[in-house]
Amino acid sequence: MSTADVLVTGLGATTPLGGDVASTWDALVDGRSGVARLTADWLDRFDLPVTIGAQLAVEPTEKLERVQARRLDRSEQVALVAAREAWADSGMPDDPADGVDPERLAVIIGTGIGGAITLLRQDDLLEEHGMRKVSPLTIPMLMPNGPAAHVGLAFGALGGVHAPVSACASGAEALAWAWRMLRNDEVDVVIAGGAEACICPITMAGFAQMRAMSTRNDDPERASRPFDMGRDGFVLGEGAGIMVLERAEFATARGARVYGRLAGAGTSSDSHHITAPDPAGTGAARAIRAALRIGGIDAADVGHVNAHATATSVGDLAEAAAIHASVGDHPVVTAPKSSLGHLLGAAGAVESIACVLAIRDDVVPPTLNLDNVDPAVQLDIVTGAARKVQLSAAVNDSFGFGGHNVALVFAEA
Amino acid sequence: MNNEDILTDLAAIVEEVAGVDAADVTADKSFVDDLDIDSLSMVEIAVQAEDKFGVKIPDDQLANLKTVGDAVKYIGANLK
Repeated sequence: MSTADVLVTGLGATTPLGGDVASTWDALVDGRSGVARLTADWLDRFDLPVTIGAQLAVEPTEKLERVQARRLDRSEQVALVAAREAWADSGMPDDPADGVDPERLAVIIGTGIGGAITLLRQDDLLEEHGMRKVSPLTIPMLMPNGPAAHVGLAFGALGGVHAPVSACASGAEALAWAWRMLRNDEVDVVIAGGAEACICPITMAGFAQMRAMSTRNDDPERASRPFDMGRDGFVLGEGAGIMVLERAEFATARGARVYGRLAGAGTSSDSHHITAPDPAGTGAARAIRAALRIGGIDAADVGHVNAHATATSVGDLAEAAAIHASVGDHPVVTAPKSSLGHLLGAAGAVESIACVLAIRDDVVPPTLNLDNVDPAVQLDIVTGAARKVQLSAAVNDSFGFGGHNVALVFAEA
Repeated sequence: MNNEDILTDLAAIVEEVAGVDAADVTADKSFVDDLDIDSLSMVEIAVQAEDKFGVKIPDDQLANLKTVGDAVKYIGANLK
């Protein structure tokens, strides 16, 4: 470990599997599903072809003050809840300024969609009651930098507040961005990750019209089937994942407990199609190779890949090819969206937390619903039950509509 | 409706929107300096007050309502 290393010292999450990191991780390792039938009244009203989703296990309003909650979009609520958990978990003092010079603290939280629920709700009010009824908080609630901005305010960050928006790669890109800021010695501590909460009619309809979502409505827990021959799209989820990342020099000086290292971050773009991935996975492979090169990690030492694998027909094959080409056929692979659903802009961050804990516990959670592996996928994928594996380094893949590829390499400290 | 009734109803709105305990919403308090209410919440409070009391509070008037007492007085004077 060098003084310029980037260390993971705090974790926070709220997901369809649990209201915090511990419950989410336990559920992942146990192979539980967070997918269920949705109960919203608008499902019938719009006759949506998809009626399942992965909703939060614990409502964020249970952990926020009433007035604070009413001023925040749901995507902002989950960001704040997860950030608070991560901060407490890092062992930093309650008053952030007691732990780090505010000018050396940054916040980077991405989202794929932003405040869609607020936008829809306020548009309904505008249509029904006119402009007087539109909340003056509409814009700060719907803006995609809202989650980052609110967490920045809550922690008094003066070193920069940023919000990468790269669809389903946003959360991972936030961590990549944090890695760069820390390696550049711009700040000492970054609160980074992703937040998403947009299970609402327009996103469900839009994704459904793309034929991107599973329509296995009669069997929700079996719907998300990454790498399986029977896969028919992703299941929309919601949640947030946040890490506290620190320069090793700073973390060591304060005697922080360390989960591991964010060794490197690689990004690339496909320039292939606005939503379809390059079927050969060349862009994804470039991102993974870049992360390994920058992180100084040998592909042979990557024991585990936490796959993006959303269970779309083309995407899973492109990623399988990319992993094979960039890392090899030796890593133990899992596809957490089989349990969590697809948390869009939060996915990369939540799944990176799983990556870090896999290294800590030397265990890789199972991929659910993988009954009949697509023969084009030549990978060692964990099924059935979690597998014990000695791990020193692991890769998290994240890809987003727009051709965004982000690979993060985590390693033992 | 007397000023006391207006204050009671206004205090309930302030509590709902800004989370300030209704008991703390007294005539002498400044919305900004004492109750820490920002301009966005003031707009929401004004809209709710307009509906509740059936009065109009134009923006130029709203800017003059510095204290809770100012607001109670304005509402009382403009009640239909």
